[in-house]
Amino acid sequence: MNPQRTRIIALLVLSLALFVYIAPGVVNQGIAWVDGKVGATLPRIPASDFHLGLDLVGGAHLLYQADLSQVTGIDPDDAMEGIRDVIERRVNAFGVAEPLVQVSGSDRLIVELAGITDINQAIRLIGETPFLEFKELAPAPSVVPGKATPTPNPLDDGFVTTGLNGRHLARAQVIFDPNTGRPLVSLNLNAEGTKLFADITKRNLGKIVAIYLDGQIISAPVVESEIPNGEAVISGVFTPAEAKTLATRLNSGALPVPISLISQQTVGASLGAASLAQSLRAGLFGFLFVALFMMLFYRVPGVMAVLALGVYTLIVLAMYKFIPVTLTLAGIAGFILSIGIAVDANVLIFARMREELAQGKALSLALTEGFSRAWLSIRDGHMTTLIGAAVLYGFTSSVVKGFALTLGLGVLTSLFTAIFVTQTFLRGVANTRLGKIRSLFS
Amino acid sequence: MNIRHILTIGFVFSVIMMALATGSFLRYGLLFGVDVTGGTVMEVSFIAERPDVATVQAVLGAKADTPWASATVTPVNERGMIIRTAPITEAEHQLLLGALKVGLPKNPLMEEKFDSIGPTIGGELKTKSIQAIIIVLVLVGLYIAWVFRRVGPVLSSWTMAFATLVGLIHDLIIPVGIFAYLGHVAHVEIGAVFVAALLTVLGYSISDTVVVFDRVRENIIRGNGRTSLDEIIPLSIRQTLVRSLNTTLTTLLSLFAVYFFGGESVKYFALALILGIGLGAYSSVFVASPLLLWLSPRKR
Repeated sequence: MNPQRTRIIALLVLSLALFVYIAPGVVNQGIAWVDGKVGATLPRIPASDFHLGLDLVGGAHLLYQADLSQVTGIDPDDAMEGIRDVIERRVNAFGVAEPLVQVSGSDRLIVELAGITDINQAIRLIGETPFLEFKELAPAPSVVPGKATPTPNPLDDGFVTTGLNGRHLARAQVIFDPNTGRPLVSLNLNAEGTKLFADITKRNLGKIVAIYLDGQIISAPVVESEIPNGEAVISGVFTPAEAKTLATRLNSGALPVPISLISQQTVGASLGAASLAQSLRAGLFGFLFVALFMMLFYRVPGVMAVLALGVYTLIVLAMYKFIPVTLTLAGIAGFILSIGIAVDANVLIFARMREELAQGKALSLALTEGFSRAWLSIRDGHMTTLIGAAVLYGFTSSVVKGFALTLGLGVLTSLFTAIFVTQTFLRGVANTRLGKIRSLFS
Repeated sequence: MNIRHILTIGFVFSVIMMALATGSFLRYGLLFGVDVTGGTVMEVSFIAERPDVATVQAVLGAKADTPWASATVTPVNERGMIIRTAPITEAEHQLLLGALKVGLPKNPLMEEKFDSIGPTIGGELKTKSIQAIIIVLVLVGLYIAWVFRRVGPVLSSWTMAFATLVGLIHDLIIPVGIFAYLGHVAHVEIGAVFVAALLTVLGYSISDTVVVFDRVRENIIRGNGRTSLDEIIPLSIRQTLVRSLNTTLTTLLSLFAVYFFGGESVKYFALALILGIGLGAYSSVFVASPLLLWLSPRKR
């Protein structure tokens, strides 16, 4: 088998694999059909979905400004990490698929909730100041003879408030045990807290004092001795990362960082669905327009370019799924634009080929010359587009980042498809009988 | 009429267009969207019948001390309406929704979209956009100067970079002028996506100029019996015109698909790209090339 044919087969196999990866639903329907015909149960392809942005599925994008002015003694970045952690835990309780909570810049927080219905409630919960609380075990209920034992409240896990809370904690930090080298978390309490804590540890010697953040237990150490000086150490089998998380959580309750909502963008689910349908239609028409033009203007090479464009689309869509790229309206627009840009290299190559053919060169030579002579223009043109996309990606907010990403990925991928894939297909055709008819190529 | 005259006429036309665009910009200014100025945009759709703008405005203006007392209301699509006002908090947002629902009992409505953006974000967008545009211009200029550095003694690669940059500024100014006018007559707003379109145009529209300049370089190196730029530049334009048009055309075809089928929210984004990329093809022939011709030292 000649290497030319090997390449073509490899490309076809690649395309098929990519198609299965992109559209497992279609493939599974096919398998189901076969199942019905032969009466077997064949395995299905595992499905994974594209990541769609908030403007396509509906949801809320919230931007918070944190006030770090009260934060002293700990690194502001740690304070931001603390608030991020607190909010992430709250957001997870909403049951939203893949919520995003991330620190942006030095003192901002982005919260993205896809498909959320009660945004008002979410905003109220997110904005609350974190509440850190120390609780002790309730004394065992005295059983009154002759009376039924009260049914325990499922929410009541047997711990009761001690009065010691985040206000009394000066700070928490990770330290290492000088003897064992194991990570520990140390707590420093303020004067009022020291007094309270001395009483609590005295009362609960050998018992658990649980630490709650926003009503959820984050640590349940056993009191090993009475602590009169307000300096406690939580030991346990921590990894350094776990110790850090605990210290961060304690600090987020100790040093409240007030956050205020400075930007809110919410899209309803129906509007999102409509936008998605429109984007898909635009993509389809974009592909058709470009394909028609290429085939009409460049004939056989044009058809090969359209095949390469098909491979391009498969590769890019697979990348969106694999990386994953969150597809927004602007991102899909970037993808459609990249379809138009993807054939630019082909246009330059084919134009050059025609020139070489017009000089009377043989088809295979004209092909080689066309590809090699057009390369510099292709490289430089693509490079400047990449510069634009890179700056756009680095400088802008999330809405536009999606566009810059799909555009940049598209430009890079199209270099491969427009040159390697088109060349492979074109040489394949040139070797057949069609290759004898020069007019089909010029 | 030879090609040099055509180039001159095309260049003069470009200068006139740039002057008109600048005039439009100075006369109308830019109408910024809420992502630049800060503010609230709320889109609602009415389930049955859409009330008049005046009715909605009356409901909103019922209480003079609310932030939305003087909100602007514009109808969109068939059943939608967009309300624009100052930035409001989530609590105020709920009050506003409540006021609309109570005030329009016969017109049940659904909230499609709600954006409320604080003024600080907008200010940042402006500075960042200007920085990004300048960075792209500088990087692209340096890239061109570097790529064409071996073009030979006849032509300086810095002249090429300069000609390219003037072409780019042309591709930037005219869409801005057109959008200033559109803002005035059709309330088309400029925001983050418009800047994205401009930056994309800056990166992409060079490719046409690169094709022409690349041919100029090849023709200089090969000689082909000609040594004078007076001949080489027009020849290079003639040789590359069709492919230059075609690369632009395929890109415009995909953008037209976005413009016509992509929906309201990306329509003007596509328009800005169409204008910029179309102008980019024009400027590679009628701005960058004649500048290269005129700015190169006359010798031989």
